[in-house]
Amino acid sequence: MAAGSPPLPSGKVTIPFYRDTRIIAIIVQVVFAIAVAALLWYLYSNMMNGLRQANLLPTFAFLSVPAGFPIAESVIPYDPSMTYGRAFVVGILNTVRVAGIGIVLATILGLILGIARLSDNWLLRNVALVYVEIVRNVPLLLQLIFWFSLTRLFPRIQESIDIGGLLYLHNRGVTLAWPQAANDFDAWMLWVYGGIVVGVIYYVIRRIQFARRDRPGVALPQAFLIAVGMAVIGFFTTYFVYGAWPVSLSIPELQRFNFVGGVTVTNSFAALLVGLVIYTAVFIGEIVRSGILAVSKGQREAARALGLTPGQTMRLVILPQALRVIIPPLTSQYLNLTKNSSLAVAIAYPDLFYVASTINNQTGQAVPVILMLMASYLSVSLLTSLFMNWYNRRIQLVER
Amino acid sequence: MATEVSRPTSRRAPRQQIGLIEWLRKNLFSTWYNVIITVVLLYVIVQTVTSFVSWMVTAPGWPAAFTNIKLLLTWTYPVDQLWRPQAAMALVMLLLGLSSGLWGGIVRMVALGAAVISVALGFVAFTFPDLPGQTSLPGWLFMFICAVLLVGGDQLARLVGNKLRWPLIIAWLLAYPAVILILRGGIGLPVVETKLWGGLTLTLILAVSGIVLSFPLGVLLALGRRSSLPVIRTFCVLYIELIRGVPLVTVLFMGALLLPLFLPGGESIDALVRAVIAVTLFSAAYLAENVRGGLQSIPKGQVEAARALGLNVVQTTLLITLPQALRAVVPVLVGQFIALFKDTSLVVIIGLVDLLGAAQNIVGQPEWLGTPGGVWRETFLVIAAIYWVFSFTMSRISKRIEDQIARSRH
Amino acid sequence: MRKHITLILAGLLSLVLAACGGQAQQSPTTAPAQPATTAPDQPTAAPASPEPTAAPAATAAPAGGTPAQPAAGGQIERILARGTLICGVNNNPLPGFATVDAAGVYRGFDIDFCRAVAAALFDDPNKIEFRPLSAQERFTALQTGEIDVLIRNSTWTLGRDGNLGLDWAPTTFYDGQGMMVRKDSGIETLEDMDGATICVQTGTTTELNLADQFRARGLTFTPVVFPDGDSTRAAYDAGQCDGFTTDKSGLISSLTLLSNPADHKILEVTMSKEPLGPAVRQGDAQWFDAVRWIVFATFQAEEYGITSQNVNDFLNSDVPEIRRFLGIEGDLAKGIGLSNDFAVRIIRHVGNYAEIYDRNLGPDTPFNLPRGLNALYTEGGLLYSPPFR
Repeated sequence: MAAGSPPLPSGKVTIPFYRDTRIIAIIVQVVFAIAVAALLWYLYSNMMNGLRQANLLPTFAFLSVPAGFPIAESVIPYDPSMTYGRAFVVGILNTVRVAGIGIVLATILGLILGIARLSDNWLLRNVALVYVEIVRNVPLLLQLIFWFSLTRLFPRIQESIDIGGLLYLHNRGVTLAWPQAANDFDAWMLWVYGGIVVGVIYYVIRRIQFARRDRPGVALPQAFLIAVGMAVIGFFTTYFVYGAWPVSLSIPELQRFNFVGGVTVTNSFAALLVGLVIYTAVFIGEIVRSGILAVSKGQREAARALGLTPGQTMRLVILPQALRVIIPPLTSQYLNLTKNSSLAVAIAYPDLFYVASTINNQTGQAVPVILMLMASYLSVSLLTSLFMNWYNRRIQLVER
Repeated sequence: MATEVSRPTSRRAPRQQIGLIEWLRKNLFSTWYNVIITVVLLYVIVQTVTSFVSWMVTAPGWPAAFTNIKLLLTWTYPVDQLWRPQAAMALVMLLLGLSSGLWGGIVRMVALGAAVISVALGFVAFTFPDLPGQTSLPGWLFMFICAVLLVGGDQLARLVGNKLRWPLIIAWLLAYPAVILILRGGIGLPVVETKLWGGLTLTLILAVSGIVLSFPLGVLLALGRRSSLPVIRTFCVLYIELIRGVPLVTVLFMGALLLPLFLPGGESIDALVRAVIAVTLFSAAYLAENVRGGLQSIPKGQVEAARALGLNVVQTTLLITLPQALRAVVPVLVGQFIALFKDTSLVVIIGLVDLLGAAQNIVGQPEWLGTPGGVWRETFLVIAAIYWVFSFTMSRISKRIEDQIARSRH
Repeated sequence: MRKHITLILAGLLSLVLAACGGQAQQSPTTAPAQPATTAPDQPTAAPASPEPTAAPAATAAPAGGTPAQPAAGGQIERILARGTLICGVNNNPLPGFATVDAAGVYRGFDIDFCRAVAAALFDDPNKIEFRPLSAQERFTALQTGEIDVLIRNSTWTLGRDGNLGLDWAPTTFYDGQGMMVRKDSGIETLEDMDGATICVQTGTTTELNLADQFRARGLTFTPVVFPDGDSTRAAYDAGQCDGFTTDKSGLISSLTLLSNPADHKILEVTMSKEPLGPAVRQGDAQWFDAVRWIVFATFQAEEYGITSQNVNDFLNSDVPEIRRFLGIEGDLAKGIGLSNDFAVRIIRHVGNYAEIYDRNLGPDTPFNLPRGLNALYTEGGLLYSPPFR
């Protein structure tokens, strides 16, 4: 008996309760819920028994205890005298760092790859195909270990490959000169802030004008140009006023063991980033390719007939439309990249998973650590999804 | 930027004969930027290929992979029991051969491909070292026997014909437990502890287990997610999204740490079993989503027609929607199997030695310390090739099936 | 519309769940019930000879006994019923302490203590399953009862003893953390290493000591941390670190695995106390006592001068202490759940402490490690056994 069956002739006929689908549905759900709850309770009580006997009852108290172990690289200041909680945050930020940079680079490479796969140049098309087929059929972990092992082939730090005194390649990573704030940095920052404010004001005013005239228009590039222009003018003005550039270049210098100054990208980070980008770009490339193919051929022909160059056709006609097909699967690739960054543990990059497993090892608090680990990944995934959904809605609106 | 050559339609266009020069002009040098791209790419390709080939020829580390081929394939599986993995593989080959004869089509293509690869590997295997005191067949002989089983099975099945159909289906269903039984032993065979398993064998076992064992769970989750009962639907959604939101490593890590805690104290679960459970739970969530995609692709009319014919909901699901949905998602499932096959390399992180783990161990062997630059490039290249051949072949098969399904719809 | 489906579904789901539960419960019982393979002639490590009576007993013991409260005692009964001891050892080869030779046999100092425990329990040093463990997973394996005893160069610390729910048997090897550097780096002391990059294995006390030592001296350093010993050594060997730190015993055995051992040296400084010894799960006092006295027996045997060669001569000894030690008189060992002659079994199969040491680390080995603190108290060392009476 289902809801769609013809109504019974009279309400007087009572259905026995075991034939009533509504009641059965409720019974089934209750039984199911009880079964699941019982199973979970059984597992939970076993676990608590075991942990109690081992004197290891789960507690989050360890979070405020000094961690004692060093972490090779960190976005925020960290040393072993800080707490486990702080160490965990360092892990999260390291994951976010590699995932964030990786997503940007993988998108760029994937876009190039997707377009190259559709090129009318036979050679380019097939080189891209070979790249795709090689990379996607080999496990990512193997690729990461490969890139990491590759860094060992670079010379020792004492014999670094020196590129113009600004960039050094060695087997501990890449050291490069990096801008740093000089004395008059604050003076320049005034200009930068000013530029941003002016840019925003311009943008808002233009939008209001567009809205009033009820006509679409472009304001963002100009606003951006204004902001950058202000910053550049300020940069030179500061120099002429104070006689020194507001930003100086920190030049790396080889001390006894390591470079001092500049910025060093460790080999672990570099290998992880390269591996993730190269791997994910393949999948993004395929998404871009099918997105472009999804745009009807007439669009391209019409654009060409209007006199647009192939580049303009791609940029102004094809890609904006393809984007709508591309975004949803792209989101899942971004999530994959973030999740795959957990393989960092194999190549000594202190990401979230790595730090969590070290904490577990030092404290023995497996249950809280796993809960925190899963919660962190879930929230990172959730945030990425939310952002991409927002963006997706935005570009869908453009279509109208 | 042209699209790819479109599929030949029933009305074939007159074939244009174009000369080599014309082809080059059209495909490589059509515009000024294409000229630049072509020249740069040619230069890069020539450079890469020549340096790669010269490295291949001169690389000193090849012996590392080839003298340790036993470790790569079976890790520490006892040498005097090696006939068992061979028997397991022979069994699968025979079944594949028989299926090829019975069903033809893609299955025959797969079987033929496997036969060709077996023969090729047989020739490669002449170079492998003989293992001391082995009771198994030498590698080359075994590979040739595999090829014979494939082709012979094919011929046999053609002779016997459709009578084989049900026995063969049952044999396939029993193949997975049979292979595990042969490898592990127990009934009449000495037990080989799973601690000794590893290498490619372990990789395959994990991937196959991941798909086979997660299949029922995945289908149930997919049906549950489409259920109208809120409790069950919520549970399925929560499970699927939770698992899909975290990396496989964390699930494996959980399996390694928490599973033993979940049992009444003092008892332990085999490390491999824990990994299999973790992979299964992980894979089920993805499988559920794939199957759900298949279910959604079934037109509503199918269900309505079935209901109109008097089938009840259960019958409709089991006889009408599910079979169609599963057929539609076969290519996706092959894709998932490929992903799983590659992803199982993560078990090295929880201490199991699969193909990648075996390679890492070989790279660390003290014998190769003297080799300049180490032997990791050669060893990793060999296992990358193994992974690649498997994944690539399977992805082609999946593509074929997809095409066939697409064609049958027209 | 789909209510019937969901009905079926629920039934199926609960079936699956039930099946899962059943499966999970079965797996441990199948584990002990294996009639293991017998290697042709050489004593292979993991597989033990089939024990016809062991298999049914194994399945009966956990089921009929007290499955819910294993830690209250009965670990020894469980091991005896199972027919093998499960010993957690190092997963990375640590020459001298735990390695696998070409024939697949485990050898080393730690391994010999595993064998001593097996010998005391079964009168057969080969009734062992070795479970290779990484530094990360070793304590969890013990906590969850996956292994019976952990003999994997693990340092005894207050935190581990208390917070990890473990108990440490007496120290079998007194070690200390050292630092290996390149000779051409000109480093003589830790103070020379300010700003250096140091390779260290994660999940170890070494990792924590390193941080403490450098902080105490006001020095900075960059850690490069690897999950396993092999990668750590390889990174140091490739010059990705200026220093490589682990226990000195580990450094000495690593030295033999570097591509050019002559280029490296180990600094004088000892950064920590690293008492290494067997660990068991907290909560089974009898089993803990048994492991403890098995270790003491090796010390005591050396003190009495009883070796695997002459142990049979001592069985006729008139000295009451020795007669008690060898279990000829009294039934002292009953209290710790061992057979009375457990010391004889250990000495006969594995030898006394000096034999174990010399076999693996002594002058005839590549390591030629001086006994140092690991000598009897009578010879200026720290090995001291309480009296066997």
